[in-house]
This record gives sequence, C-alpha cells and structure tokens, in this order.
Amino acid sequence: MKALFFILIFVGIAVAFWQIVKLLGLLKGNQVATEKENNINGWLMLGLMVILYLIMSVSLYKCRWVLLPKLSASLEGEHIDTLFMLTMGLILIIQFILQFVIFYFSFKYRGKDKNYKARFFADSHKLEMFWTIVPTVVLTALIIYGIWTWNMVTDVTNKDQNPIYIELYAKQFQWEARYAGTDNILGDANVRNIKGMNTMGVDMTDKNAADDKTVLKEIHLPKGRKIIFQLRSQDVLHSAYMPHFRAQMNCVPGMKTYMGFTPSVTTEEMRKNEDMVKKMKGITEIRKAKSEKLVASGEDALDPYEFDYLLLCNKICGNSHYNMQMKIVVESEADFNTWLASKKTLAQVLK
Amino acid sequence: MSHDHKQTFITKYIFSQDHKMIAKQYLITGIIMAVIGGFMSMLFRLQLAYPEQKFSIIEAFLGKDGMTPDMYMGLVTIHGTIMVFFVLTAGLSGTFSNLLIPLQIGARDMASGFLNMISYWLFFLSSLLMVISIFVHTGMASAGWTIYPPLSALPQAMSGSGLGMDLWLVSMAIFIAASLLGSLNYIVTILNLRTKGMKMSRLPLTIWAFLITAIIGVVSFPVLLSAALLLIFDRSFGTSFYLSDIFIQGEVLHYQGGSPILFEHLFWFLGHPEVYIILIPALGITSEVISTNSRKPIFGYRAMIGSIIAIAFLSTIVWGHHMFVSGMNPFLGSVFTFTTLLIAIPSAVKAFNYITTLWKGNLQFNPGMLFSIGMVSVFISGGLTGLILGDSALDINVHDTMFVVAHFHLVMGISALLGMFAGVYHWFPKMYGRMMNKNLGYLHFWLTVITAYGVFFPMHFTGLAGLPRRYFNNAAFPLFDDLLHINVVITWFAIAGGIAQLIFLANFFFSIFKGKRAVKNPWRANTLEWTAPVEHFHGNWYGDIPEVHRWPYDYSKVDENGEFWGGQDFTPQTEPIREGEEEF
Repeated sequence: MKALFFILIFVGIAVAFWQIVKLLGLLKGNQVATEKENNINGWLMLGLMVILYLIMSVSLYKCRWVLLPKLSASLEGEHIDTLFMLTMGLILIIQFILQFVIFYFSFKYRGKDKNYKARFFADSHKLEMFWTIVPTVVLTALIIYGIWTWNMVTDVTNKDQNPIYIELYAKQFQWEARYAGTDNILGDANVRNIKGMNTMGVDMTDKNAADDKTVLKEIHLPKGRKIIFQLRSQDVLHSAYMPHFRAQMNCVPGMKTYMGFTPSVTTEEMRKNEDMVKKMKGITEIRKAKSEKLVASGEDALDPYEFDYLLLCNKICGNSHYNMQMKIVVESEADFNTWLASKKTLAQVLK
Repeated sequence: MSHDHKQTFITKYIFSQDHKMIAKQYLITGIIMAVIGGFMSMLFRLQLAYPEQKFSIIEAFLGKDGMTPDMYMGLVTIHGTIMVFFVLTAGLSGTFSNLLIPLQIGARDMASGFLNMISYWLFFLSSLLMVISIFVHTGMASAGWTIYPPLSALPQAMSGSGLGMDLWLVSMAIFIAASLLGSLNYIVTILNLRTKGMKMSRLPLTIWAFLITAIIGVVSFPVLLSAALLLIFDRSFGTSFYLSDIFIQGEVLHYQGGSPILFEHLFWFLGHPEVYIILIPALGITSEVISTNSRKPIFGYRAMIGSIIAIAFLSTIVWGHHMFVSGMNPFLGSVFTFTTLLIAIPSAVKAFNYITTLWKGNLQFNPGMLFSIGMVSVFISGGLTGLILGDSALDINVHDTMFVVAHFHLVMGISALLGMFAGVYHWFPKMYGRMMNKNLGYLHFWLTVITAYGVFFPMHFTGLAGLPRRYFNNAAFPLFDDLLHINVVITWFAIAGGIAQLIFLANFFFSIFKGKRAVKNPWRANTLEWTAPVEHFHGNWYGDIPEVHRWPYDYSKVDENGEFWGGQDFTPQTEPIREGEEEF
C-alpha cells in the first residue's frame, strides 16, 4: 500500500509540471522553435559547455587522491601505466577539443536571424580523407603499443626468470592459496578430491603435491621475483583482481587460468609512498568522523586505515560477492622465506 | 490491403496490423518498462550512497527486509536486462523502425502486417514475463544481466538462480523470437517496398540505420537464443555444456567437460552487436534530426552509410573484448584488441560529420535537435574511454569496475536514450497528430543532459580507484571509504535526473490528448512521412503513393543567383529535379 502512495506522489509531481506550465501560459501557441528560443538555447549550449568542463575539471581535481596510486606495485604494471597515461592524455585532449567544437558551433550558428542562409555543404572528400586517415594513424600506433604491452604482461611461460608458482583458489566467498613448495611444482588437483582438511582437492597421489603449502587469509610475496599464479574455482566464476599490481584474471570452474607479475614495492614501501600517505590520511579522517557518530550511538569505533595490498573478487559470484577478499603482503625475499618456512606442508597437514 | 476496411476497437487499437499503431504500442510498452528499470536504478543508487540508512521508499517497494545483497543484485540484473533489451532495443528500434520504415520509403505498410502484429505481442508477452519474474518468491534473476553460468545455472549458488532465472530465460527466448520476426520484416520491407524513384542511394539515413540494425539482429540474436537454450538444458536436464568440476554446498555435482567460457563467447557474440543494435538507430535518428534542424544536408551522406556498414561489420568480430581476462588464449586478446580499436575509425568519421553538419547551419533548437546535439556530445564522451577498455592491456585493471559502468552508460545508455527522446519529440506529430510542448521539452533536455553527465562523469573515477561493479556495499574495504562522498554526489544527480523524466512523462501523456494540433510538415522536412496526411488511417496516403525524385537532404540548396530553389530552404523528396538544377 505504501508503494502505491509513493507512486501517487510521482504521478502528482508529473501532473504538477504540466499544470505549472499551463498556468504560466506556456502551453499555447506555436510549438516550433522561434528565433528567440534559438537564441536562448544557443546561449544555453555555451552554458552547457561551461558546466561540462566544470564537471570534468572538478572531477579531475577532487578525485586525485581517491585514485589508485600512480606507483604501480609490479614491474609489468609500470608498462600498463605508461600506456594508460598516454591513452588518457589523448582522450582528454580529444574530449576537450571536440566538446568545444560541438557547443561552440551550436552557439555560433543558432538560428537567431530569419534571413540567414545555411550553407549547402554536403561533401568534401579532402576533409573526409583527413579525418579518416588521422584516426587511423593514431590508432595504428595505439594498437601496436597496446598489443606489445599485452604480450609482455600476459607472458607466463617459464623462461629464465625462475618464477614462484602459487595457486589461488576461489570459492563462495573466500580465497585460499597454495604454494608449490620446494620442488616449485603444484600438485594436480580436482574438486572430486575435496575431503576434510584437503579443502582445495589436491590429488595426494601426485608426487608433486606432498610439499605444497596451503594458506588462508593472507598470502606473502617476495619483492623482485616473478610470481606465476595458477587460478582455479570450485563453484562459480570468480575473478582475482589485484588493482595495485594491475593484475586480474578470472577463476573458471573446470579449468586452470594463469597470470603473472613481479612485485616491485613492498607493503612497507607503499605505505610510505607520497600518494598513499595522502590517501591514507584522507580515509583515516573519514573513518574518524564516522567513528564519532558510531561511538555516540554506543557502538565500537572503526580502526584507522592502514594500507594493505588486497586481492578482491571482481566477478559477480553470489550474495557475499562484495566481501570476498584476501590480504597480500609484499616483503623482502628473506622475510618471505622465513614466513613460508613456518607453514606446514600439505603432507604434514593431512597426516 | 485496402485502406478503407472496417475496423473494430480491437483490430484498431489492440491486435492492430497497422505499422503506426504497432509503433505506438512498442513505444508505450517501452516507456512503461523504462519507468520500471529507471526506478530500480534509483533504489540501488540510494543503497550505494547511504549503505547504512533505511529508507521508507525502499521498504515500501522491496518489503520490510529492505535492501539485502540478493535484492541489490536482483535489481542490478533486471535494471540491465530491461534497459538493454526492453527499452533500448524494442522500445527504440521497435518504435521507430515500425513508424518510419513504411512512411519514409513510401509503402502502405510493412511487408507483413500480420507478422508485425505477432512480433509486438510476443514482445509484450516477454515483457510481462520479465515483470512477473521480479515478484517470484525466491527472488528475481540476480546473476547480472550477462547471466554467466555456473552462477546462473545452479539454484544452490544464489537464490535468484531458481524460478526467477527460469522466467528470465523464457522471457528472453520469446523476446528474441519477437525481435527476429520484426527484423526480418524490416529487411524485406526496405528491400522490396520502396516507392518509385526511392533508390537505395536516396534512402534517409534513418532507414539505412534500421536496415543495418535489422541485419545485425538477424545475424546475432539467434546465437543468444542458442546460448539461452543450452543454459536451460544445463539447468533443467542435467547436460554439461557450460559446467564442469563443481563442488558446491558440500557435494560434487555430476557435471563434467563443459566450459563457462563457451557461454561467454555465445553471449557476447550477441552482446556486442547488441550495443550497435541499440546505438545505430539512435545515430540514424540523430542524423535525420540534425540535418533537418540545421537546415543543411547531412555532411558526407555516403561516408555516413559507409561507416554504419563498417561499424556493423566490425561489431560482429569484436565480442572478445568483453573477455580479455576470462582465461581465453592471450593471442585472441591481441586479435580482439586490433578489431576493437578499428571501430574507433568509423565512429570518429560519424562524429566529425555531425559536427560539420552543424557548421554554418541555421540551427533550429526544437527539443529534438537539442537531444540530438546532446546525443553526439555524450557519444563522444563515452566513446573515447572505449580506447582504454578496448585495449586489452589497459582493460586488465579496469575490467568489471565502475569505469566500465560509466563508459557503457554514456556511450550506449544515455546516448541511445537521448537519441530516442530526439525521435519522440521529432516524430510525435506523426504519431499522434499533435505537438509535444516545447517549453517542457527544453526543461527536460537541460535537466537530463546535465544530470546524466553529473552521474556518469564522476563514476569513471570510482572505477579508476579500483571499485568493482556489482558490490552491494563497500564497507568491507576501508580502501574505498573515500569513494562514498562521490557516490553521494552521483546518487543525487541520479535522483534529480529521474525526477526530470517525470517532465517528459507528463508532456508525453498530456500531449497525446491536449497537445496543439500538428500541421502536416511542422519541421519543414524533406522526407516522405511529412507528405502523408496528419490523420491516421491504414494505408498512409490517400490516392497514389508519392514518387521520389531526389535524396532527402536538399536543405538550403541555392541556384546560381544564390537564391533558394523554389523560394524555400527545403525541397521535399517528391519535388522533381528542376530545370538547371543538379541532383546531388
């Protein structure tokens, strides 16, 4: 019933619009634009241009510190960032020019004079050639640069980089990870082997599986070593998204997918990064303000924000999709080795 | 069919075979669906801006549980489905193809009025099923409008994948049948029923757009139908087309050997051309409206046709750019990057041609014209970020974030919507014999375009900050706490934009009954529909169908003395070429 009430309100507002215009006497008369209206709307077009530029500049200015840090946390990500900045610069330039031309022409040629003759200008091969060829050349360059970058960042073949293999395993609504152990080979796995502690369905008859190490909640990565992730899912599609490393790949039930990168900034270093300091400060202030309200209503205050790398799920996967994450810690190789050594192997866990 | 046959209320207004009545039926159904879909977006925008607050409006419509994660994802899913298929495919292309094809090519009706009627009623049935699916006890379909299995295939995976999903699939299957019947009819009509003198090179750009749209529809919609059928098989008959090795809720399912990626390929083989099925009619409408109201020929008529064809062709070989991080072979990623970025070329040509059409025009700012200019502006703003998403390397980091949401809402959502409004304002006199109120039209335009930019421009930045789409709330990630104030701004723009649409609704429905009576050719346009009498009857023209002697864009054509040919700044297509005049 309450829904009906709201619907009636909306209908009322709509009727009110019509009635107001009727009262103002604007319903009557010619319904085709006159010179006067062309003039007003022409000026408004110029106004729209100003508003659009305003929305763009305010967004650009205000949103500086919410963006991901300019510092990519992986070596491969740096190439993506260069390409990104180049493309974004190009986009902004084209956007500013074209929007100006549209609105300026709309303003300049507003039909304010009855006797003005529009120019019969139907074709110009020169102009058309020009604006077919220029985008073609620019795009060819972008395509070549783009594909070159893509080939590099998606290369997960084992060359001479001595990569570390880690499996990320997704399920509703949790991440697990498995390190390949001393042999650096991940043992086979299938969901049909899931039983008790063997939550990832690792095939223990495979000789490579015994030394694998599974971890929950957080994974650690060494700085400067190539990591190759093998991704699996046990139920529905998930997507392993690590925005700070500029990395993402879907986890597909029934198959393995791969992605790789080389972490280049440790968690500690990232926390000291200038952009990140500003971002953390901003978020901490927001959380402080929120905490005051919470405390006033008798609830616990929020923790101040401290930066951590995160693994997010970025493919709709069910009702807790919005809270499926895992912490990532990047540290020096020595710290990493100590951490990994403290974990039990799968053979020990399942004994 | 003779045009003086007796008609009852039912054959005239309900089971009508008259293309003009069917167009109006499509439009009104589309508007009702748009109100439902648009209202849903207001509700979930409130959730994104004020995640902890309870709103009586949300509880009034969604029940006393208010906004749960399941409900949120259901709303997002049905909003997407309704807007993409029921509003911007059927509502836009269905309305204007039906209205304009016979009128602009000079035909008494569609090739098959009966099929046309069936097409509408199938569409109506599918709309009804989709609306019913919202009220199902286990919840509406909520796996996202892309319904990727296994989430959509397994009722265990989420409650919306039960009966709600079944109804969704059946509704879409019927929708596709409706769309195919419509498209075949359009193609046959355009190719066979043109009046004398209406060569393909004299067709208005609207008709070219509808023709190409119909062809892409016929090529790609059947693939979605097969994808949906296979999904129905997986759901109901235990096959494994898309499913393999699944362990859910403590048990291993029997499915073996399928792949969700197969579904993604099938889905996007329609899904990407679908973008252009939505966009191309809007571009066609815009071409016509801009040219008429600039009192100038559309610049580069042949280039416009060429670029529509190029876009249409490319659109069928770029679907993989939705799947760069799906796990398909990275080599395919390179191929799809290449084809995708090529689309920017014909799109750029179209944008430049629109701008040149404005140059040195005598712009008449009727509401349709304002919406067309807005459409070009939004098309450029939204299209440019396609350079980022179409580039596989850059897509990695923004894939499935709010950046994508902002991009496609601008480039195909808002721009097609503005194109649709342009069409409604421009051809309302042809549909109802009355004019829509221009002052309300102006107010509607200015509020719509500003709020649209206010919603979707800042949204890009939430995406660039790494915020994934389809998140019920961001409280689990302190990382995104500083995005909340942006979300609040976006939500308020969205609500203002939603209220602005009430202006349109009031204007539309009042004008049907109370609008000023239209004259035969209110915009002083050249195309054939304006030679038809204002009043509607089955058959469109009294007496013979007019003959065509020239292309439709002879605006402001001057003779050697610099005077307008015939003393007026437009020359209808029915006017024979005069002595000494050169045909363009």
